[in-house]
Amino acid sequence: MGLSAADLSAIWLTVKLASVTTVLLLIIGTPIAWWLARSNRWWKGPVSAIVAMPLVLPPTVLGFYLLMAMGPNGPFGQMTQAIGIGLLPFTFWGLVVGSIFYSMPFVVQPLQNAMEAMGQRPLEVAATLRAGPWDRFFSVVVPLAKPGFITASILGFAHTVGEFGVVLMIGGNIPDETRVASVAIYDHVEALDYANAHGLSAVLLVFSFAVLAALYSFNRNRRSTNLNYGVNPS
Amino acid sequence: MSHSTEEQNKSENNIDLRFLLSYLAQGSGKGTSDNGTPGFTLDVDLSIPGQGITAFFGHSGSGKTTLLRCIAGLEHAQQGRLIVNGETWQDDNTFLPTHQRPLGYVFQEASLFPHLTAMGNLKYAMKRAHRHSLGPEGRHSPHLRHSGEGRNPQNEGNQLDHITHLLGIQHLLTRHPHQLSGGERQRVAIARALLINPRLLLMDEPLASLDLARKQEIMPYLEALHRELSIPILYVSHSIDEVARLADHLVALDQGKVIAAGPLGETLASVDSRLDLGEETGVVWEATVEEIDRQWHLARANFGGGDLWLRDSGLEVGQRIRVRILANDVSLALERHEDSSILNILPATVTEIASGTEGAALVKLDVKGFALVAKLTRRSVAHLDLLGGKPVWGQLKSVALIN
Repeated sequence: MGLSAADLSAIWLTVKLASVTTVLLLIIGTPIAWWLARSNRWWKGPVSAIVAMPLVLPPTVLGFYLLMAMGPNGPFGQMTQAIGIGLLPFTFWGLVVGSIFYSMPFVVQPLQNAMEAMGQRPLEVAATLRAGPWDRFFSVVVPLAKPGFITASILGFAHTVGEFGVVLMIGGNIPDETRVASVAIYDHVEALDYANAHGLSAVLLVFSFAVLAALYSFNRNRRSTNLNYGVNPS
Repeated sequence: MSHSTEEQNKSENNIDLRFLLSYLAQGSGKGTSDNGTPGFTLDVDLSIPGQGITAFFGHSGSGKTTLLRCIAGLEHAQQGRLIVNGETWQDDNTFLPTHQRPLGYVFQEASLFPHLTAMGNLKYAMKRAHRHSLGPEGRHSPHLRHSGEGRNPQNEGNQLDHITHLLGIQHLLTRHPHQLSGGERQRVAIARALLINPRLLLMDEPLASLDLARKQEIMPYLEALHRELSIPILYVSHSIDEVARLADHLVALDQGKVIAAGPLGETLASVDSRLDLGEETGVVWEATVEEIDRQWHLARANFGGGDLWLRDSGLEVGQRIRVRILANDVSLALERHEDSSILNILPATVTEIASGTEGAALVKLDVKGFALVAKLTRRSVAHLDLLGGKPVWGQLKSVALIN
């Protein structure tokens, strides 16, 4: 049940997509989580809803709207054309954009929970010790929310690996460019090539189990990183 | 210390403050503070001496912690003015954020960073104190009386030694906060607040989260701070015991307003019914030990208005002591009884009589310029025909040495 060169390429592409997405999501998601954890404004509700929407929307819906937005007539598509990087659908970077939306809640929510669990006090303490806002963030928030960052990275990565519907909508099935593992499996099944479908599926199955098992044993003794997607018990 | 209607507030050596802060009656989203009770209003206007320990005393909900948080800039009063020893921290146009105020803050409960060791917590402060001492600010203020001038790396090491020694935490430095007892954590937190090199130290009930034994453990360190620090300390407490032992000045708060403010002795002697200390009503005097009577194990101490005899508990001649005389322990007589077992009988003049609860009366007395309060029954007041100006003998059944 060896993997073909095409399948290895699909796995490599999947890992690359998940890695890039996770890094970008940590950069984008951290300020969003911070803001959601601190703010009490009325728009906190709508923003939380937008972040959490990929949890309930069919990926095809998300993919469809992204395709429209990034297409030649969409606002985002016109922008990318205007700045000279062309159109993103059916490219690797189009998949990255899609994955960022798709995996956003899996990164933002663990971060937000960790930041909320930390409370206001450590920040006040740091302020009385002459730490300015950035200093407070890096010297107090990041270390205290570290379990949240680890959870967010693992979930963001794993969830992007499991992406299918959005990829199909905006990425298509271009070898080495947009054909990730989940799409490759679909191809094998379509072609009735069950042997290769088995091989690739087994890889994803083992990967998912290993990641989640690692995550839950890591979380067993932590209280600040509850995996309660979207619903806050407080 | 006085309400700042007086003009002397412009002095360099004062903390002048005025805050008006209201929490909306309906719970708005702005509930970040501990004392943010809906409908609560803090309205204070004070001038506090720029040295010594000033206690903010009051029952819970009186606004004392909110006042401290306003001073720290952790709470943003709608209207506020704060001038600390000549520097404006807040007025209509200025609001220095907390991290730009040269203060140290000791929180009520454990506030050490859990991801750092005790030493890591101290270094967190030292690193930032050092960063600030490079600027034009903060160069002047070696707040420890015995530490060297200014800050440089050598002094910094000395200062760390000195402060860890002062608080008795040298052996704890490698531990993490969860490996420390409540009292030890609080001592490390106090050391950390000092290592930031503050020009004002704020302490929010630093003993409240501790049990009695831990309180007794920390109290000597706080008394040492009182002796060693040249910077002003604002100390929030609801325990009159702590206030009597530590404070030089007292600001009593009730429902967000100042009900009494002034030197500790005078203010405690206030018979204002709003400052109701119940069984703890009494005065605190400072005195100097002048004689030790080995035969009877007694010590004679002069408080400025006369002599007091105390049980000798290892006192030394010349030692400054603080004594507390509870109103319940003072009785009055019109003549001096030589045949009494009471050691301390002082001539006094009645200055004010206020009726207390349940048939009791508080009689304020003057002992050569020092205030004393006696709690009597109203019947006794009538029986002795006490009136303002009447000379009496104050019989002190008990004089408690409090440090």
